[in-house]
Amino acid sequence: MKKPRLVMIGNGMAGVRTLEELFKIAPDHYDVTVFGAEPHPNYNRILLSPVLAGEQTIEQIILNPLPWYTEHGITLHLGKTVTTIDRVRRVVRAADGTEAPYDRLLIATGSTPFIPPVPGKDLDGVIAYRDIADTEAMIDAATQYKHAVVVGGGLLGLEAANGLMLRGMDTSVVHLSSWLMERQLDETAARLLQTSLEERGLKFLMSAQTEALLGDENGRVRAVRFKDGREVPADLVVMAAGIRPATALAESAGLLCQRGIVVTDTLQTVTDPRIWAVGECAAHRGIAYGLVAPLFEQGKVCATHLAEFGIGRYTGSQVSTKLKVTGIDLFSAGDFMGGEGCDDIVLSDPAAGVYKKLVLKDDKLVGACLYGDTVDSSWYFKLIREGRTVNDLRDRLMFGESNIGDVGHEGHNKAAAMADSDEVCGCNGVTKGSICKAIKDKGLFTLEDVRKHTKASASCGSCTGLVEQLIMFTAGGDYSATPKLKAMCGCTDLGHQAVRDAIREQKLLTIAGTQQALGWRTPDGCSSCRPALNYYLISTWPKEARDDPQSRFINERAHANIQKDGTYSVIPRMWGGETTADELRRIADAVDKYKIPTVKVTGGQRIDLLGVKKEDLVNVWKDIGMPSGHAYAKALRTVKTCVGSEWCRMGTQDSTQMGKDLERAMWRMYAPHKVKFAVSGCPRNCAEAGIKDVGIIGVDSGWEMYIAGNGGIKTEVAHFFTKLKTAAEVLEYTGAFCQLYRLEGWYLERTVHYVNRVGLDHVKKRILDDHEGRRALWAELQFALDGEPDPWFEFDKAAVDTRQFIPIQPAPIVLDTTPRTDDNAQELA
Amino acid sequence: MKHWIAICQLEDIPQLGARQVVRVQGMPIAIFRARNDQVHALLDRCPHKGGPLSQGIVHGEHVACPLHNWSISLVDGNAKAPDEGCTPVFACKLEGGQVFLDAREVAEKALEFTAPVAGPCRHATAR
Repeated sequence: MKKPRLVMIGNGMAGVRTLEELFKIAPDHYDVTVFGAEPHPNYNRILLSPVLAGEQTIEQIILNPLPWYTEHGITLHLGKTVTTIDRVRRVVRAADGTEAPYDRLLIATGSTPFIPPVPGKDLDGVIAYRDIADTEAMIDAATQYKHAVVVGGGLLGLEAANGLMLRGMDTSVVHLSSWLMERQLDETAARLLQTSLEERGLKFLMSAQTEALLGDENGRVRAVRFKDGREVPADLVVMAAGIRPATALAESAGLLCQRGIVVTDTLQTVTDPRIWAVGECAAHRGIAYGLVAPLFEQGKVCATHLAEFGIGRYTGSQVSTKLKVTGIDLFSAGDFMGGEGCDDIVLSDPAAGVYKKLVLKDDKLVGACLYGDTVDSSWYFKLIREGRTVNDLRDRLMFGESNIGDVGHEGHNKAAAMADSDEVCGCNGVTKGSICKAIKDKGLFTLEDVRKHTKASASCGSCTGLVEQLIMFTAGGDYSATPKLKAMCGCTDLGHQAVRDAIREQKLLTIAGTQQALGWRTPDGCSSCRPALNYYLISTWPKEARDDPQSRFINERAHANIQKDGTYSVIPRMWGGETTADELRRIADAVDKYKIPTVKVTGGQRIDLLGVKKEDLVNVWKDIGMPSGHAYAKALRTVKTCVGSEWCRMGTQDSTQMGKDLERAMWRMYAPHKVKFAVSGCPRNCAEAGIKDVGIIGVDSGWEMYIAGNGGIKTEVAHFFTKLKTAAEVLEYTGAFCQLYRLEGWYLERTVHYVNRVGLDHVKKRILDDHEGRRALWAELQFALDGEPDPWFEFDKAAVDTRQFIPIQPAPIVLDTTPRTDDNAQELA
Repeated sequence: MKHWIAICQLEDIPQLGARQVVRVQGMPIAIFRARNDQVHALLDRCPHKGGPLSQGIVHGEHVACPLHNWSISLVDGNAKAPDEGCTPVFACKLEGGQVFLDAREVAEKALEFTAPVAGPCRHATAR
């Protein structure tokens, strides 16, 4: 059967990305023809500025070299501008007469520079700044001429000016408004920027209106004259006064255009169902986006519709701005100007060249404008996009998440300052140099891509901020199209919350049933979604949904912790960290009997037996005769205690007993991630309760409760939650908080991240203010845990498949042993 | 010519799971039971750091290594891109509810691979 024909007009980033997404999901669906007006294959337009500045070459910014088009069977017409779309005959025609018939048409014509209608705009030496030809013209002019004037002090204009200056030209920027980049910066930040650029040698003419461009006798520009009569010499004038969606072609074909080609949420034009439009030429809900991240999001959605999967809608994007001038850190996003009903939080240190402004409205972060220190920009951007309330963070907001520079990369927090040989990712030993190389060589754009290819930040994630900065420097921005809703995994477009909700609302009880009801793309999920689904099912429907061991990670299937050589570790439960001579004797005997190579005391006041063979696990458990410590599970692990008032001369409360009571009440509790408690008997806090999921600190008049601390990758001090009087209250409040986390937390989300996501206020409302609700949560948890088996002893009840502990031993191989093996022996030889 | 030897019943392998088959020589073989009772066999060793694939999560035609979550094809033993590596594949068939491996391969194939080591013994060998 003949394949339908897809024609794409425009060979730029948005269009080609759409094709790439299409090839990923439906590689052979279409015969594809591409028309590109430029004589180049698809390149990274964002990086023209570094090319102009001499930091990169044209070759380095090519994204899809010509062989890519061949590999995908694309008929490529380079240097051919399409002039006609005949929608009746369904044919497009280029200026040179080349025709291509289509069944589906994708318009990705991008935008054209806006040239102000001033006299002299057609003189030689007056150019726009849009493509490789313009860039080459500027590079060429810089070798022959002295004076450059850039009209427009926006993002593009400043990048052009910076590049020309670096190429040795005496460069002035002419700007109509009274401060630079007025659509991206407030006045204070813009002044800092201007000062910094002036120090580098750029000149500025602010509030200047161009009247005419004056030419010499050869028809080349020689000066710019302003309304106030001033004149500045100019051998090169770069028009960077803005861009307009390139819609002339679409308009001539009768497609509705209003500030762009009008498209729906599926990127289909409203006029002709055979025609789609993506990128800077498309107007979605009245907005034509000019930044890459939204365009890539559009491409993804458009591709699914072109592939006739018909899933996904594009619902608009929040955009942010970063200036690509080396050595200048600048970021803005959202409504950074503030105004009526907004609160500004401002940090200003002009001497150090740092200015930060955060704009809050209705307790939400709605805008940010950062100059000089943009380390936390991605965090702010995330908060803006998520639109969550930041009440609980407000006093710390200005100081950033500082999730970088913590551990594992020598405290670095500015990737630019690092040497190529410096290690960025301490988990996987990835250096700055190898990340940058991968980004360049493999054309990576998103954090996800970099993680997949280099493993950097793919393990503990503490260097994510650094990697984002590297993507920014090397590829010109992190293009992670991070929509508000992050899909659970590649098997679905639904996020964790949507899946949780569906399981509850539709009373889904099995993994297969859930996958079917929610339209999973894969037949049986993957190693990311299956464990999550299994957890959601058993936590939402205790005693109804059945645990599926095959959907659990090996540790929770074998009830021991797998080690690098395939052996396991065994950590028996020691209630509150107390043990007895009898228990220690049994442990010692087991160590001898099963030749266990390492015995280690853990940080959680327990004993770890390392290097146990899988075949021995069942017997080790039996010989030791102690309950499972769940040290291998997303479940309650240890309850660390100090000796407390029983012995300690400082102790105010019996912390050991409190810890044991908590542990006995909540052990076997599966959760979205591991859960650790600690109980200290006095504010000296020897049990380190301040960095636990729930920390209890005894004071003379009762107990203080702290929640959502973490001692891992990023040390997070727990929040003070409430003061309690009795041990019974400690149990109730702790249990209720755990149950809330069990019901609302997303799989693999620690309490600190859960509380950060929903807000401490929400947790307080549910546990502290709603007394009935708290008691109900505590009762629910007790119901769920009642009769839960100990997986080390109650195999059937805990659905432990004991066959896994016995390797299969095939019968001795006949070939080697029977007398009749002459023929076979020859075969073997 | 294949010399099939019976290893176990299909029912001995959990659905979407695996069992480990030990050999006289060489590292064990992992036999997998994928969706629709497709059976596959690989050397029980991830090409990355030697993790025991028999302990991984089986999904589609892949198994996720339990150590670092590499995805290994049950069909050809290749790691899913962008990871690179391949683990030896063993012939495996299901007939009448019984799972078979090829005797010659069990006896001879991929004997050169060694198991990863951990613990104090590592230092002893390093010295």
